[in-house]
Amino acid sequence: MDSYTTKIRELSARLLKDEKVDFIIGFKQGTIPMAASPHIARTPEQAEQFIWDNNCRLNLANYLTDRKEKIGIIAKGCDSRNIVTHIIENKIKREQIHIIGVPCQGMIDKTKTSSLFDEEITEYSETDDSITLKTLSGEKNIPKNEVLNSNCTTCTHRNPVIYDELVADLVEEQIIDDLFPDVRRIEEMTADEKWNHFEDLLKNCIRCYACRNACPLCYCPTCFVDESGPQWVGKGQDTTDVRTFHYLRAYHCAGRCTDCGACVEACPMDINVRDFTRKLNKDSLEIYGWEAGLDETNRPPLDVYSPEDPNDFIK
Amino acid sequence: MKFITIDKKDWANGIEKSRGIYQLFGPVKDKNEFFIKHLEKDTLPAMEYDNSVMSAKSIIFPQTEKMLTATLDESQEDHHIMKKIETDDTPRAVIGIRPYDAKAMKLLKLNFDTDDYRDPYWCDAYEATTFVGLGINKPGPFDFSTSTGTGPFCDDGLDVLLADLDDKYLAKVLTDKGAAFVGACGFDTVADEKESLALFDILRKEAEKNIASHIETDKLKEKTVLELHEAPFWDDLSFSCINCGTCTYVCPTCWCFDIQDEVKQKESVRLRIWDTCMSPLFTRHATGHNPRASKTQRVRQRFMHKLKYFLDKYDQGIMCVGCGRCVKSCPVNIDIREVCNIMNSYEKQA
Amino acid sequence: MENPYLPYPVRIDDIEIATEDKSLKTFKFVFLNKEDEEKFSYQAGQFAELSIPGVGEIPIGIASSPVEKGFVKFTVFRTGVVTSHLHNMKVGDIMGIRGPLGNWYPWDKLENKNVVIIGGGFAFTTLRSSIIYMLDPANRNKFKNIDVVYGARSPGMLLYREELFEWEKREDINMHITVDGTDDPNWKYHTGFVPTIVEQNAPKADEDTYAIICGPPIMIKFTQPALTQLGYKEHQIIMSLENRMKCGIGMCGRCNIGKELVCKDGPVFTLEQINQTPKEY
Repeated sequence: MDSYTTKIRELSARLLKDEKVDFIIGFKQGTIPMAASPHIARTPEQAEQFIWDNNCRLNLANYLTDRKEKIGIIAKGCDSRNIVTHIIENKIKREQIHIIGVPCQGMIDKTKTSSLFDEEITEYSETDDSITLKTLSGEKNIPKNEVLNSNCTTCTHRNPVIYDELVADLVEEQIIDDLFPDVRRIEEMTADEKWNHFEDLLKNCIRCYACRNACPLCYCPTCFVDESGPQWVGKGQDTTDVRTFHYLRAYHCAGRCTDCGACVEACPMDINVRDFTRKLNKDSLEIYGWEAGLDETNRPPLDVYSPEDPNDFIK
Repeated sequence: MKFITIDKKDWANGIEKSRGIYQLFGPVKDKNEFFIKHLEKDTLPAMEYDNSVMSAKSIIFPQTEKMLTATLDESQEDHHIMKKIETDDTPRAVIGIRPYDAKAMKLLKLNFDTDDYRDPYWCDAYEATTFVGLGINKPGPFDFSTSTGTGPFCDDGLDVLLADLDDKYLAKVLTDKGAAFVGACGFDTVADEKESLALFDILRKEAEKNIASHIETDKLKEKTVLELHEAPFWDDLSFSCINCGTCTYVCPTCWCFDIQDEVKQKESVRLRIWDTCMSPLFTRHATGHNPRASKTQRVRQRFMHKLKYFLDKYDQGIMCVGCGRCVKSCPVNIDIREVCNIMNSYEKQA
Repeated sequence: MENPYLPYPVRIDDIEIATEDKSLKTFKFVFLNKEDEEKFSYQAGQFAELSIPGVGEIPIGIASSPVEKGFVKFTVFRTGVVTSHLHNMKVGDIMGIRGPLGNWYPWDKLENKNVVIIGGGFAFTTLRSSIIYMLDPANRNKFKNIDVVYGARSPGMLLYREELFEWEKREDINMHITVDGTDDPNWKYHTGFVPTIVEQNAPKADEDTYAIICGPPIMIKFTQPALTQLGYKEHQIIMSLENRMKCGIGMCGRCNIGKELVCKDGPVFTLEQINQTPKEY
């Protein structure tokens, strides 16, 4: 991905030098292995810190919400779809942003990589199709496609859907026969199995709200869990309250989620919160033929009413 | 000082024996990570763990804790009169706690046990707990505990410190509580004091040599609060922060909490739950006025509290034990080591 | 030590509507257990947590004075969950009080000094406590001159109106009551904002004069320069701050300004102390 890094730095430095934007949002090298940290560059010198690698799992569209400046942003496929949703939902204006599009070749899953070792990974490096991981006692070289992030394995929008310039040629989109095998697996469970699956999923939740705060869609001035007059949800570990938070948040994302995986990346307890949103994405596609954020001119289905809307699922 | 050798073949039996007197807690593997949890019958602490995602503070200071109850049923004579709930302060032992987590408990105690007030929930739980620590032979890459006044073999805050010697543990018994626990397990093979002290010293030096991460804190005290507070680096430093509560919840020395009243039919309960200074609501007045309305203010508050206010207030070093959990878990990789070095080296431009 | 989270049970003995728009009410509480009243012995300037089971707690300045026995009084502004609930309660209802909390006005330092009290709006509660304390025959000759500047939006918004007008008639205290504006032709006192009245009427500073200010941030912002003009030094200006609180005993960590906790190291600070901390209140 070195060519991507070079190009991002070059395009960013030029944008800042020409004063086309007030600042640019991208990633810089993290202080620990396999971390890419969101970075703001206001000068060409600061743009020299931008990088791009298989660890850019967060969604930078999250940092655009309600800003008033002219902003440059490095966006991969899913990020760009969230930018489209932001534009439709009036959280940012198209004229404000200059999108440096990144044709994405997938991110790697850091829970998969850490499960390969008993100790902490001390060093990470990558080539186009493999990664090398070192610990205190040894090293492993692994093909990238064995540790790809789950959402990247089913991604059909790797290329940015909206951009002002690209850092590389567009990549071929994947043809995926089965987009939602994980959702079907849960759909086919019995009611008890489903209940246990979701109880087990949420049992370690510490209500840190990293999932909510990392998500570009979650921008309510006061989230429903923070309301006090009246208070809808308790703030402790009561399992009903934990479930309420997750289930309701997922519904707020219905028809808007791009499956970028930032929620899972952010979660310190490695909870796969995508189990909630994926089902809603599947329903969106199958019931309304809708995928979020592909087109600035189309509003999401739960946002509009048309007499032709399917309603055979209403019993 | 007493030293006890524990053959690992006797370990399981000894621990089970202590169950008669103590509730046991220790590291437990859950999916791919370790947590410090209550040890069910026949579950041993996973002594091979490197670090737990969450700190051990939840043993003394649970995330959600009931404090008081009251009945709202006006037909009862004591309606609307709050009472303390029954707490379980029977002896407990945390086995395999890391030295930095035990030191962190001592820092927490400065907050919960003061000259003017004593928090009975925290203090009673703390006093009922015996801390059986496990020295870290091979510190991980995020461990910077030697820069914060503790270290991989530091015994500050512990009742017993265990050294893992492959086929056995060597236990350094530090307090009466520690001796009582070791006795309850039936571990009674005394080791030579002089040899043991020497061995611990060697292990400590080896482990400390392996600490790869360090921070500078020497100049923090001499700077004034206002010059650090008004420094220009906070804006860009806080840019990536998403104001979740991850750093505060995994941190062993963070103690901020919220008090919430919850009602179910006619019973009300007052709960204490962890809260985070990262939350926009943390300082929001009922009128809507918020002294820390912006993200930069909140991020700055956290680091100023940990690295400056606490240092000035208690003169016991910084409010960090170098466990590295926040460094590992922060979703956007804001690194307290970097922030500390920036603060320590900051010189105000004239 | 006692459990600092456990409130003393109290009964609402009286409720007075304190302002014409009904947004403030003065509650008089009586302790259910006599010994709790003794344990609650307080100084003027302190606050307490009013505790309603099932609803929550609020930190409110104590409006009654230590010399008033048998009850405690608080004047509460309706603004959120707990205050709204409290405003809907009735005489005879049971709830709890935790305290007394915080520090108090520095009465020992103020002995043999002139005291200038400046209050605005609803912040007059602990100042009432202070004035009644100072005017009490047992205490009056501990202090030299007492000047009070108190202003509200209109006459109907002044707290403790009857008591204010009684004090105005006394010889041993100089009252400067003011309102921002009024159409009442019978209004006998000043009209104008508090900072202006302070400028015009407050005594000039000397080594033996201290000013106590309590009011909304905007009032303090403009009154401070007026006092500085009159020669008051930073250590002679005493302020009572507010911040969001929960535990009130210095443990939950949320009310801090710098390393000071408003609930424990405050709420009373001198301007000198405040100028050394970040202004996060």
